[in-house]
Amino acid sequence: MERQNEYVLRTVEERGVRFVRLWFTDVLGFLKSVEITPAELQAALEEGMTFDGSTIEGYSRIQESDMLARPDANTFELLPTDDSDTAVARMFCDISTFSGEPFDGDPRNVLKRNLERAREKGFTFFVGPEMEFFYFRSGANVEPLDTAGYFDLTAHDLGSRLRKQTVLRLEAMGIPVEYSFHENGPSQHEIDLRYTDALEMADNVMTFRLITKEVAADHGVYATFMPKPITGAFGSGMHTHVSLFEGDVNAFHDPGDEYGMSKIAKHFIAGLLVHASEICAVTNQWVNSYKRLIPGYEAPVYKCWARNNRSALVRVPLSKTGKNESSRIEFRAPDPACNPYLAFSLILAAGLKGIEEGYQLPAEATDNIYALTDEERVAEGIGSLPGSLRDALDAMEHSALVAEALGGHVFENFLVNKRREWADYKADVTPFEIARYLGTL
Amino acid sequence: MGTLNELLLVFPDPAPPLLAQTLDLSGVRWKSVGNAAIAMQYEPVDGWTGAVVCADDDPEGAFTLCRTLRKGDSRVESILLLITGAQLHDLEHREDLFDDFCLTPFHPKELEARLRHLMFRAGRAGSPEVASYGDLVLNFETYQAAVSGKPLDLTYMEYELLKFFVTHPGKVFTREQLLSRVWGYEYYGGARTVDVHVRRLRAKLGEENANLIQTVRSVGYRFGQSRWPGTTQPRDLG
Repeated sequence: MERQNEYVLRTVEERGVRFVRLWFTDVLGFLKSVEITPAELQAALEEGMTFDGSTIEGYSRIQESDMLARPDANTFELLPTDDSDTAVARMFCDISTFSGEPFDGDPRNVLKRNLERAREKGFTFFVGPEMEFFYFRSGANVEPLDTAGYFDLTAHDLGSRLRKQTVLRLEAMGIPVEYSFHENGPSQHEIDLRYTDALEMADNVMTFRLITKEVAADHGVYATFMPKPITGAFGSGMHTHVSLFEGDVNAFHDPGDEYGMSKIAKHFIAGLLVHASEICAVTNQWVNSYKRLIPGYEAPVYKCWARNNRSALVRVPLSKTGKNESSRIEFRAPDPACNPYLAFSLILAAGLKGIEEGYQLPAEATDNIYALTDEERVAEGIGSLPGSLRDALDAMEHSALVAEALGGHVFENFLVNKRREWADYKADVTPFEIARYLGTL
Repeated sequence: MGTLNELLLVFPDPAPPLLAQTLDLSGVRWKSVGNAAIAMQYEPVDGWTGAVVCADDDPEGAFTLCRTLRKGDSRVESILLLITGAQLHDLEHREDLFDDFCLTPFHPKELEARLRHLMFRAGRAGSPEVASYGDLVLNFETYQAAVSGKPLDLTYMEYELLKFFVTHPGKVFTREQLLSRVWGYEYYGGARTVDVHVRRLRAKLGEENANLIQTVRSVGYRFGQSRWPGTTQPRDLG
């Protein structure tokens, strides 16, 4: 660790870095930042920075509110800014208690713990998310910048320019982008991040959301990861491509199989299908998330898998011939407003459970599942994802898998927080009700 | 006579006791290796400071190692050969395989003196502080890298990987080699980590310089041009 610390200290000095931001994440996936000056950096690297944990959502424990944020020197990056005079750098932190124990409530620590479990079985977990989002004129109203659609090439369109700038900034920070394009909805865009190991990717998603919002704000525009901002338009998902590697070998790949999928891949998918409802409250954590998970907008509703059916919960993308590296599966439920550390933890835990228990993969869903009647779906054994945050919380509350993967602290705090959100929502008289009932009842 | 960054390669493994003792007493850091593959595996980031190859017991193994080192699979500037008087005729037609030799049994002072002399001639009296390749310059002292004078914003591991590449241009490394030599053995992540970092480095090097790091299909990576003209491999654009 010493050489990493020396690298950081030396770079800060050489590059004239004025501020170093120490980043960590609360239980809901909001980025928290403590800014320190280079003078405080050495102590921060060696001893960690003290902060009051009771002010952070999901951290609070009255009796032990003082915590340490310990910067991970491997994540040290200079932040690209337009203002070259004030170089700013950031590092992600691991949170620990004063006695030096990793803090159970730190989502980054939760993911590390789950990755360690995968590693014990010889697996490295790789993740590549497709980030969808909208540009609006402000954060107060739903007012798109354009009305273009999927893949549309719009001339001099501000949204597309912002997207391009975002991609350039991400690349400059070493976050490689695979594709980016205009999505289905008005002012809706997608940026696909090139796969990497899950911890780095969770850090990347946090950085991605900030940079996307910052680039937009620089141009007086608002970028949002709200799952379903416009009634009747496509929502924003975070389709998550995942694969397991055993050393250099893609454990999901089997060239002899008709789907090109190994047994491990099939058990993993089966695990996702079996536990999808239990992990849904985390992969889709807002009241609004469930307004995206409805039929008709290419969002998944039913727990099934398919190769080319984009309404399936798990899709197995056709892998290019001879590219065993690219064998992967796509889990289509998560939305980009999730906490990536916790979401990746649970996707992994569900998949590993499928492998451990040898869950059998049901047959591929070939028909358009939406066209089936409820009876037909039941007959085929295809269940539905939770219809609301409340249903999802009910499913999560009884899940031993989720409790174990998140750990007791995060599990309980998350449920309490989300039950509160549901209670607030339930008590709210919505515009829908006013419009529909006031004039007639 | 050694500094922390320096590591001398010694053959065979284990080193003959008198040689080991002489090297230890002279304060040099050294590592005994049994063959070229192991020499590559343990090669320090800046290459070996030099090599002392003892040919009295296993002349064939010794000359094979020298030949492999000369081919450049492992970076060694100077090779000091130790042979017995009865083997002197073996040196004929093998002049290219060593830089100096010393008869064994040797006098410790003579061995030390020859070693110091070799290091001095190879310019390895102190470690280099700067390395460059084309427009790319790395300063080991300040941990900074720049392309055409424009600094690169690198993470620690990106810097270490680039440093390894720049100090080993033209050679192909497998992912496993890069993983064990740049990340070290304590790293238990998968070899795909290397791909991820190469991709990040390419992104940061920018379009014009991204192809400095070439993918050698089904082998691994090479930095810069191949040492052997005409063997350029197609670059994998995936």
